[in-house]
Formats: sequence, structure tokens, C-alpha cells
Amino acid sequence: MPKVTVDGVEIEVPAGATVLQACELAGKEIPRFCYHERLSIAGNCRMCLVEVKPGPPKPQASCALPAADGQEIRTDSEMVKKAREGVMEFLLINHPLDCPICDQGGECDLQDQSVAYGRGGSRFHENKRAVTEKYMGPIVKTVMTRCIQCTRCVRFAEEVAGVPEIGAIYRGENMQITTYLEHAAQSELSGNVVDLCPVGALTSRPYAFEARPWELKKTFAIDVMDALGTNIRLDSRGRQVLRVLPRVNDDVNEEWASDKTRHHVDALVRKRLDKPYVRRDGKLVPVSWDEAFAAVAEAAGKAGSSVAAVAGDLLDCETMYAARELVRALGGTMLEGRQTGLAYDVSNLAAVNFNSTIAGVETADVILLVGTNLRWEAPLVNTRVRKAIKKGAKVYAVGPETDLTYKAEWLGNDASLLGKLPDAVVEAFKGAQRPLVIVGGGVLAKDGAHGDTLALVETLGLIKDGWNGYNVLHFAAARMGGLMLGFATDGGIRAMAAAAPKLLFSLGADEVDYSAFAGSFKVYVGHHGDKGAHAADVILPGASYAEKAGTYVNLEGRVQRGEKAVFAPGDAREDWSIFRALSQVLGKTLPFDSFEQLRARMFADVPALASEGLVACDWAPPSLPTGASGEFSYPIKDFYLTNSICRASPTMQRCSAELLHGEEFAEAAE
Amino acid sequence: MADAPQIPDEAEVRARWGGFQWTPENAEQAKKVIARYPEGRQQSAVMPLLDLAQRQVGAETQTQGWLPVPVIEYVADQLDMPYMRAYEVATFYTMYNLAPVGRYHVQVCGTTPCMLRGSDDVLAACRNKGLVKGHTTPDGLFTLTEVECLGACTNAPMVQINDDNFEDLTYDSMTAILEDLASGKQPRVGPQIDRQTSCPEGGPTTLKEMVSENHDYRGQW
Amino acid sequence: MSDAPAPAPAPFVGPLDDKDRIFTNLYGFQDWGIDAAMKRGDWDNTKALLEKGQDAIIEEMKASGLRGRGGAGFPTGMKWSFMPKESKDGRPSFLVINADESEPGSCKDREIIRHDPHKLIEGALVAGFAMRARAAYIYIRGEFIYEAKVLFAAVEQAYEKGFIGKNACGSGYDFDVFVHRGAGAYICGEETAQIESIEGKKGQPRLKPPFPAGAGLYGCPTTVNNVESIAVAPTILRRGASWFSGFGRENNKGTKLFQISGHVNKPAVVEESMGIPFRELIDRHCGGIRGGWDNLLAVIPGGSSVPLVPAEQIMDAPMDFDGLRALGSGLGTAAVIVMDKSTDIVRAISRISYFYKHESCGQCTPCREGTGWMWRVMERLRTGDADPSEIDMLFEVTKQVEGHTICALGDAAAWPIQGLIRHFRPEIERRIAENRGGAPIMEAAE
Repeated sequence: MPKVTVDGVEIEVPAGATVLQACELAGKEIPRFCYHERLSIAGNCRMCLVEVKPGPPKPQASCALPAADGQEIRTDSEMVKKAREGVMEFLLINHPLDCPICDQGGECDLQDQSVAYGRGGSRFHENKRAVTEKYMGPIVKTVMTRCIQCTRCVRFAEEVAGVPEIGAIYRGENMQITTYLEHAAQSELSGNVVDLCPVGALTSRPYAFEARPWELKKTFAIDVMDALGTNIRLDSRGRQVLRVLPRVNDDVNEEWASDKTRHHVDALVRKRLDKPYVRRDGKLVPVSWDEAFAAVAEAAGKAGSSVAAVAGDLLDCETMYAARELVRALGGTMLEGRQTGLAYDVSNLAAVNFNSTIAGVETADVILLVGTNLRWEAPLVNTRVRKAIKKGAKVYAVGPETDLTYKAEWLGNDASLLGKLPDAVVEAFKGAQRPLVIVGGGVLAKDGAHGDTLALVETLGLIKDGWNGYNVLHFAAARMGGLMLGFATDGGIRAMAAAAPKLLFSLGADEVDYSAFAGSFKVYVGHHGDKGAHAADVILPGASYAEKAGTYVNLEGRVQRGEKAVFAPGDAREDWSIFRALSQVLGKTLPFDSFEQLRARMFADVPALASEGLVACDWAPPSLPTGASGEFSYPIKDFYLTNSICRASPTMQRCSAELLHGEEFAEAAE
Repeated sequence: MADAPQIPDEAEVRARWGGFQWTPENAEQAKKVIARYPEGRQQSAVMPLLDLAQRQVGAETQTQGWLPVPVIEYVADQLDMPYMRAYEVATFYTMYNLAPVGRYHVQVCGTTPCMLRGSDDVLAACRNKGLVKGHTTPDGLFTLTEVECLGACTNAPMVQINDDNFEDLTYDSMTAILEDLASGKQPRVGPQIDRQTSCPEGGPTTLKEMVSENHDYRGQW
Repeated sequence: MSDAPAPAPAPFVGPLDDKDRIFTNLYGFQDWGIDAAMKRGDWDNTKALLEKGQDAIIEEMKASGLRGRGGAGFPTGMKWSFMPKESKDGRPSFLVINADESEPGSCKDREIIRHDPHKLIEGALVAGFAMRARAAYIYIRGEFIYEAKVLFAAVEQAYEKGFIGKNACGSGYDFDVFVHRGAGAYICGEETAQIESIEGKKGQPRLKPPFPAGAGLYGCPTTVNNVESIAVAPTILRRGASWFSGFGRENNKGTKLFQISGHVNKPAVVEESMGIPFRELIDRHCGGIRGGWDNLLAVIPGGSSVPLVPAEQIMDAPMDFDGLRALGSGLGTAAVIVMDKSTDIVRAISRISYFYKHESCGQCTPCREGTGWMWRVMERLRTGDADPSEIDMLFEVTKQVEGHTICALGDAAAWPIQGLIRHFRPEIERRIAENRGGAPIMEAAE
């Protein structure tokens, strides 16, 4: 551990630290633009210059200089002050200084740092450089005249997103950042460059001119667009969530978020169910809550204990718990969350869990992907695989070939391969310290394939000291929580349909084939007018994830909680309170009067949900039949339109049309 | 971006160059070039291959050649590198023409050593023959570019026309060269005055024996 | 620096004898081919040179006092000694030979390559052997089209004779020489940019550390040497370190190719002893200054990146590293740009500023933004369309660029302007005054 002196204070820094990190450890702020903890070091902005002895008699870029024993670092000398002032002046001479009309205003590194380190005025009397606009797609708005060429976006696209489509063309003062031939960036992570951009060159297109950062209320929440549990911040003004930004959580999403996570929010004010409906003469007509409850009570009276609930993909545990308690109070037992018909064995949670943890993927040295389009099912697990590859991991894949942003060795697409993996693969796994298998939705949909993958635990030696490399990858945010709350029926939803429940509660379940429930009285509790609402006999308008606090369990069994950012629109209510009120009408009053009481009871029933963090689940896999054959197919057909929220989002619709279906969108003349 | 070249219309260019392929000789040459670099480092060959491709385009169009986007992509594909990275290379180096040029690409050096010895006159000669900086003459014969130092400073001023240097120029000799080229004659390459390469005009001040014979000085060591 | 007194003239070691000139076919009067080159002494029992052994070769080079001929003047032998003596992890080492001669004023490597290429190739083998490199890449600038043709052919000849390749010269050492052509970028003369360029990327300099000797081309230990530094090595080894160090002053040894351009009567490239006084160099080889010595205005003695030196200071100065450094300038590549009194000196320097603006790679802020700014102000100073205070401002801007960039291009862009302001400030002020209709210059009240 080298010892260095920063502005006269001696500190010890970890081996391998840079001078910049040393300065930060010493509590010194080092201004920077190009440097970013999660990207390679470029050293090009020259803002982080400090004085270092021993060394040449000129300031050094602290971001790129290794801290070495005995270094004397100064961040407060005249030389450093002059260097920063000089660099800042250069950055500003060709910058338009159009802060009043720039969306970055108020959260702009250039703005902040020019206040702290800039000169008072300009000495630049030449014409400023103008740069032509570049098209980067439906997510990223560009004003390239503001660009300071820090190349963070270029490095992100290549290193993290794995889509080397952003580059810096030409040279010198003509150097321009652009996507290849100004086409839309073909990445499901493109929105991250907006956060990375230290100036207003890359801003959010859907959010353009919507708000100033200081007007926004910030609420910490958990994303429900996939099962990763991305930690997010909801920025809202009044009753509307205006944008979603990722929060840092190194165990989960690092500091990234997928474009779906970021940009579904425009749907939170569209196609909303904001009043109760009852179907009369085949048509859904708006009614009062009392009328709606009366209609449900009538059906419940006829149904007796023939009651079932099917949970959607976006649910918090509290909603599912309240619904479960109501179903049980009515004497029902049928609960299911696997809407599309999956019926895999859930007797052991570990056998359907992502056991290596998300962060653990980075440490894997041999990886086998089975029936998973990781890029769509969990983009931020995919980035971890990329990191593992960078450290030397080898990746094999079974499934239909698709572009995962890295080179995987495709072994074929037949489930029977699992029983007879090529020798080379087996050999590679034998030599691995951290072998990893990721089992995707394509496997769970195929009879017997789950058993085949569990058999790999033995044949590939996936379990080692302190390491379980067997991972099932879910992509519904509600899945793990639902399984913990018992939302799984033997035989899955088909068995449930066969039992023909007279009363079916649909908790925002929009992927169910409701024709199988033709005889059921369907009560839809949800927030968007999608498939579930269309099939419903009664609609009880609920709250989206942004409008209620909730507990979520992500694909690795991590319990996380989100807060409520805004109120649900119109007459819509938080789901738990709907069930509580309904239970009273049905004469089966649920034993909680507040959200806190609900939580307390839920924690008592399912203690694992009581504390945030990873759920402990013992590895006791069931013995399942093996010998599946036939081709896998990926369950997600359109990354941008996987649930009722994003289907209602104009931005997601456009992403789908433009990025996946090649439609062209003309730029509006401005 | 006044001096950043504009990328020509894509649809047309794709229609014309989408099917670009090496000629058999160039395919052979490309293989040879790639073999100069270690296994797995084939990206190193991007510069020579872009040059080769530009020359092939030149041969097909009877010009000095340029790099249509599909041709850059063809090279990138061969080297298994992202298009963006190849495109960056093509835009970074000045010798890759990103737009079509004429039969003769007249590159007049205008940097200080040439300027001191009369590159203004050379440019004037070009101008008076109808050449305009950054443009191709209407007959498609000449494209004029003012370039930076080409490394022939003791033979200043100089011009490089396609692959040939013409040095020690004056207004008159430059005019004569352009006239020769326009009329299909090949002007004499190298110094346009009575001078052997970079030797002082009028004969060497050193190594005089070498003028007439391949002298071996080792005997005098 | 500006007022440093000119050093006492060095004792001149006399005109170099032809027999002591290394590049005997400098002007290409004779064939460059391998047979002719061998008659002149190249490839003469190279095996024996290699048999001295790696360490002895490096020691000999150190003793010769050869300093890098690419401009920075770093001792060549010492540079070679930084290379690892054995590969600990199986990585090979590489020699990269910098033939990206692009510094305005420089045109010596061109003569070596087109007229004496075998000196370079033999030097590549000797140097590569000494630093235990597996191959040499010669990076020749793209615009040297004819020169590259010669070089490719010469390498081919050397392979045919078995001088390079497997068991080079029968030494038992395997050594390849490859030629890599650039495509128009001055910055690729910077060693790490050159390495990037060979790797098939934009020529943007790398951050140091790591230094190339640790991780260079393809992440392997690499030394980048100038063409002239490599090409003189075989002769130094044949004739001995003391022969080479017998020329020039202490710390400034050997012979050197001088390239004299601009306002002399007969511009030329010529090999001379280091330390030859400027006057001697010009009178002996270039027919004197155009219009006579009284007509000399200023000289840029080492290529465009070094500050100019006014006539009276340079006339009797010794042309070597230390002699020119004492004048606040530098020897650089010994590209001597001579300017007589007809020169528009502001324009001459402004044109250099344009050059650096054009050649900035754009990677780091001070150079990308500063070169354009400096050139634009220079253009206004050229016509006098400026405020007098902008002279000081420009000087400050050059100081903001200098020393703040990844590579030395920023410094190179700053120094010529600093030299101009230091020595020709009255001329700039005169233009501003003239532009204002002869009104006397006064500080604007603010």
C-alpha cells in the first residue's frame, strides 16, 4: 500500500490506485470530465491535472497516473489552479454557453465546474465552432455543438453496451462524436450515454424541455420492467413522473439502466384505468366504486370457494399478499403468477433462483447460456457477462443464434444437446474455477428441459466451495416474490383453467390467455387498459409501481423496497387498499387497516421478505425428469413491448418500430 | 465544419459501390498485407487495405480514387472490425478521400518551407488554370488540395500529383506540368530545375566521387 | 530563455571528410539496390556485428554518444537498454522505426529511404537484435509513395539474400522487417500514436505510463527509433564508438544530416559534423544566404516545432542540441528553415500554426481547442486586425497549451508562436498600429 502526500497530508492508498483516487481519499475534489469509474481511462479532457513530485515539471493527469510510494501531490498550487483555469477556458471557447435552453442546465458538470474553476470572462473573440446535429435514435437527443469530446459515450458503447457504433470521426478541432453514419444506436442501453455525457450534448429525447432538475421531487424506487430490480430514482413534478434515472447499486445494476427502464414513464399517464368499470351487455361501462364492489360481491356470492388469483409481472409483494389473503379468506387456494403457462417445479426456490448473484457473473470463467436471449431478458446481466469475457471468460450458448454483443460459441439449438454437450465444453467446465450456467425462459417453457439443466450441476460441476453456478433467469419483476408468496399452482395456469374457477382475480395480468377462463367472472385489478382489462367483467383501477410503496424480490432473490412517487390518477387506488375495501364488502374483512399493518403481517407470514438483501435459500433441487428434445425459442418477441406499461408508451412504441422493425422516423424540422 | 468533407449521398453510393469486391490481384495483395501482422491483429491491416481499396476505386473510375462507405465496410468486414472503427480511421487520415476526386489530385504543399520559396506562385498557377481549392475541375481532370508538409522541404516548393512529386517549382513550371497532364503527356517527375534530388543546385559540395561511380569510401577509413 | 546569451562559438572540428560520411549515396547518384549498396559497404559481414552480442552492441552505442535523430535527442543506446533482456510472459518485443517524417522542414529520412535503404534495413536487424526484438515495423508516412516502393523492394532484396528473416545473416537469429505505410497524419510521428496507427486505429497518442518499452505495440515491449538513428548504427559498430564520438562537442556527438530549406541560395540535404557553425553550414553547402548575410532575418533551426532564432544570434552558433538550446531553440531534426528579410515573418509562423491546427489529433482539450484559437489570433496579428493586448493574451494561451497535453504536439504548436512574440513583438505591434491608420498604440481603458 503506497503512501503519498496530498497537499501536505500523508495518506495510504490501496495498491493500484490512481493519483486521482488518492486525492479523493484525501478528501480533495478533483474536477474531471472524461474520467468515469466504470469506463476505461482516456485522460483526454485534462481537467484533472495536479502537480506531482517526483515527475516532470508540468502538471500530470491524475486520472491516469498510478499512485506511487513517496509521491508528493498538490491539488492547491498555483500551477494546478492555472492548469484548470486554462483547460476550462479551452472547453468553453467553442461551447455555445446556451445553458438557458439546455436540458442539462442545473445538473451539468461543465456548468458546475466552470463556476468552481473557470475564469470570470471570455477572451475568445473568434467565431465559435458549429457542429452539425447527429441522429442517435429515439432515446438520445443530440446538440453536438455542446460536445466537449470527452468520449465517455464512445467508451460506454464499446465497453459496456458492446455496441461499437458510436465513434469520434475526423480529427483536431473537427473531431465529431457520432453514431455510425448517424443511424440510431442499436442498443437497449443507449439512454445511459445521456447520464454519462457531462454536458448537454446528449440529452434525453423523450424528456426534452420537460422540466428543470430543481423542480423535481426525487423518489427512490425499484424498476419493474424486468426481474433485475434496477434501483431507480423517479423524478416527478406534481402528479406526474417525468423521468427515471438509475441509482448506484453495485450488486444489481451498477449505475446503468436499460432504455425500457428509463423511458416507459410516458406511459404512466397514458391508457390508464382511472375509474372502476363493470361489464354490462358486453360493454365495459364506468361505474362508482360501490357499484363495482357490488358486482364483485354478487359474483363472489355465486362462486363460493371457487376463487383464483393470477398475478401479473409487475407486482409488488404487498399487492400479491393482500390478494392472496382475500382468496384464502374466501376459501380459495388457486394462485398463479406464471401467466403464459409455465409450470416448472418450484418445490425448491434455489432451483429456480439466480444463485451466483448478478455481481457474481463477472467472476465466472466459463459460461453456458441455455435458451436465453440475455440481451433482452436481462440486459444488465448481459453487461456482466461482457465484463467476465473481458477478464477472460469463455461463453457457450444453446439456443437460436442471436447477437448478444459478444462472441459466444453457439452449440446448436436443441434441448437434447444438454445431455450430450461437446467434449470441449465439458473439458472447459472441468477446468473452470467459477463455472456458470444461465437458464433462460426458453428452457422453463420446455417440458423436461429444467431437469436437464439441473443435471448439468453434476455433470459440469457447477457447485463449488462458496459458489453455486446454477442460475435460472426470470424476467418478470414479480416472479421471485410471487413464488415466495405461493403464486404457483401445480400444473401452472393450465391446471388452474382446467379447474374453472368461478371468480378470477387478475392482478394486472396482461399476458394470460383469458379464453381459457371463459366461464370465470374476471375481476381485473390493474393500472393500464391492456389485455387483462379488455377481458375483465369488473375493472378495479389500481396503482402502478410508481404510485405505491412496495417490496420486490429480484431474480437473484434480493429483497428491495421502492417508495411511492406520485398518486395514482383519478379514482385509482393502491392495490392493497382495494383488496382491503373489497374484503369488507364481501364480509371477509382482512386483518389490516394500514399498509404498515399489512407489511407486518406479511413479514410474519413470510419472514424472508422482512429484511432487505438476499434471501437465503437452501440448495435442495428436486429430481426432475430429463431428456427433453426439440428447439428452444425465446419468450420475448419484442424487447420494448413486454408489458402493459411499455405497450402504452409512445417512446417504447417508437423504439420498437424504429430499432426492431426498421421504420424510419423523419426528424421534425425545427 | 467547413473543412470536414461531407459524406456523399448514401443511397446512390450504395447502389454504385455496394457490390465492391477485390480484383483477383488485389485480393492476393490483401492477403499478403494481412500476413504482415501477427495472428489476431488483422485490424492492423486496415490502413493498407483502405489504400488498396481507394486505388482500386481509382482504377475503376479513372481517378485518384476515393472511399465510398460500402467500400470501407467491405474492408472492415474482411478484417472483422466494427464499421465505426474503420470509418474513424478513414476520416482521421488525410490521404483517404471521402468524396470523389478528379483524374489528377493536385496536392500543393503550402506549409512554411514551401511558402517561403513560392508556393503562392504554384497555387496561382493552379488558379489560373481554373483549379479551385477543394474542388474538381468541370472536366473531371484536376482536384486541387492545399496539403501540409510533404517532406521535400529542400526541394520546395513542391506538389504531389497522384503518386508523383514535382519539386523546385515556379509559376511557369507548374503551369507547364498542368498543361502537360491536361494534354495527356507525362511531365518529368522530381525537381523541375537542373538538380539531382536534394543535392545543392549545380552539383554536390560533398561526395563528388559518387556522381560518376559507385565509390567505396571504406579504403580511406 | 529569451535573453540567454549566445554560447561561445565551439571550436569547429573542420569540414567532414567524405570518408567519414555515413550516407554516401545521399543524393541517389548511384543505385539504391542491394548489390550497389553492398559495394558501398552495407551488409558487409553483418554477422560479425551481431556476434559482438546484444550487450556489447548496446554498450558501443552508448559509448558513441548517439542521441536520437528524431528530434528529442534521447541517447539511443540507453533507449535500447530499457528493453527487457528476456520475456517473462512470452510476449515478444518489437522495434518500430519511425519514418513518418512529417515535421515541416524535415526531409532527411526520405533521402535515406530512397537512396540508402539498406543502411536502414541493416540497422533494423542490428538494433532489433540488440534489443531482442522479434521484428521491426518501419512506419513510413503515406505520402512517401515512391520511397515506400523502394523500401518494400529493398526489404524484399534483403530477404532474398537471407540477410533478414529466418537465421538472419547466418547469425541464428530470426528477425522480420515489415513496412507499414501511414496515410497522412503528422501526429503518427509521435511514438505512441504511431503504435496505435500500426494497430489499425486513429493515430491518437497514448497516455504514459505505461511506456512503450513496457507495453507498446500489441501490448508488447517496443522501442520506437528514428530512421537516421537506426541507419547510422551499423556504421558506428563497424568503425567503433570512438570514431563517431570523435565528431562534435561533448554531449553532442557524431555526424548528422542537415536539411536546409528556405532562403538560401542552394537548399540541400547534407551530412555534416554535429556542432558545425550555422554560417559554415550555409556557406559551405548552400551557397550562402539569399541576398547575403545582411539579408538574414531569422532561422528556425530544428523543424517547425522549435522557436525561431533571430539572425544575429544564430549566425555563429554551433548547430547541435546544446548550442541551440542555449538560444532558446533546439536542434530538433536539424531541419534548418532560413528566412531572409523579405519574409513575412508573422505569416510564416501563422502558417506553422495552421499546420498544427490541421494536424492536432483532437484527443485532448488544450491542443484540440488551443491550436485553432492560436492560429486564428495569429491570422489577425498577420494583418494587424487585433488589439495590442491580444499579443500577451496569445502568449498566455500558448502557455496554457504547453505542458498540458498528452503528447508534445501541444508544445510544438506553442513554441513557434512564443519564439515569434519573444523576438518580433515590435513587428506585430507595427502591424496593429498600421492597421489602425498609424495611431499610436495605447492600452484600451477598461
